[in-house]
Amino acid sequence: MGGDLDLVFKALAAPERRLLLDRLRAENGQTLGELCRHLDMTRQAVTKHLKLLEEATLVVAIWRGREKLHYLNPMPIHEIAERWIGKYERGRLRALAELKAKLEGETDG
Amino acid sequence: MAESQFVYVTFIRTTPEKLWRALLEPEFTRQYWMGTTQESEWKPGASWQISFADGRIADSGEIVEIEPFRKLVLKWRHELSPELTAEGYSRLTYELEHVGDAVRFTVKHEMDVKDSKFIKAVSGGWPVILSSLKSLLETGESLEATRGLPKGK
Repeated sequence: MGGDLDLVFKALAAPERRLLLDRLRAENGQTLGELCRHLDMTRQAVTKHLKLLEEATLVVAIWRGREKLHYLNPMPIHEIAERWIGKYERGRLRALAELKAKLEGETDG
Repeated sequence: MAESQFVYVTFIRTTPEKLWRALLEPEFTRQYWMGTTQESEWKPGASWQISFADGRIADSGEIVEIEPFRKLVLKWRHELSPELTAEGYSRLTYELEHVGDAVRFTVKHEMDVKDSKFIKAVSGGWPVILSSLKSLLETGESLEATRGLPKGK
């Protein structure tokens, strides 16, 4: 059953899985093989992590012929944000986030 | 296969019938989709358009495939920004799947243009609209920021 927040937090708890999300954020729609490139993880480990990410619907897979493409799905994280911070001063939080990004020299983007 | 695309999935505690109505009917869309309404005869080949409360047409296109309560495929072109209009038609797919007490709702938006500016533009907007749609169906209230256009736009 999707939409389960426990699965989302569990999936986000491992740095390897957050790294996979970062890779998909940089380039969406990658195959397992593409994701494994330049990663210090075995193919089996990546497969296992992807399975947990898919169960949490943080990653959605789509078949293109015989290739399975993986896409980053922002909805669970968006829903978490909406649930706990959506009601508060979103504008001020955004301004702070923008200021932080500027001060840090936009190294993240 | 499209050059640019994204796929979003959200689970909404509702029925496929209610979600379908919320996606198509103006009384619902204007609550969670920036005050917009959609017009179409909702059959294959029919024209389709989405417009703001002030009458401006934001996007237009055509129904490619329609299977009530389960699937909708649209040709979709943005109409307000010449740069985005020039990219031509994108393809939007909705898929609704009943899972337990919820609907697994998949939104796929794709375009045969590499690094499409249109896809980039809408990829940030969809999560906001989908969250608000989810909120509307689950709590009876959409998110305030999505009930109309932001001031000054």
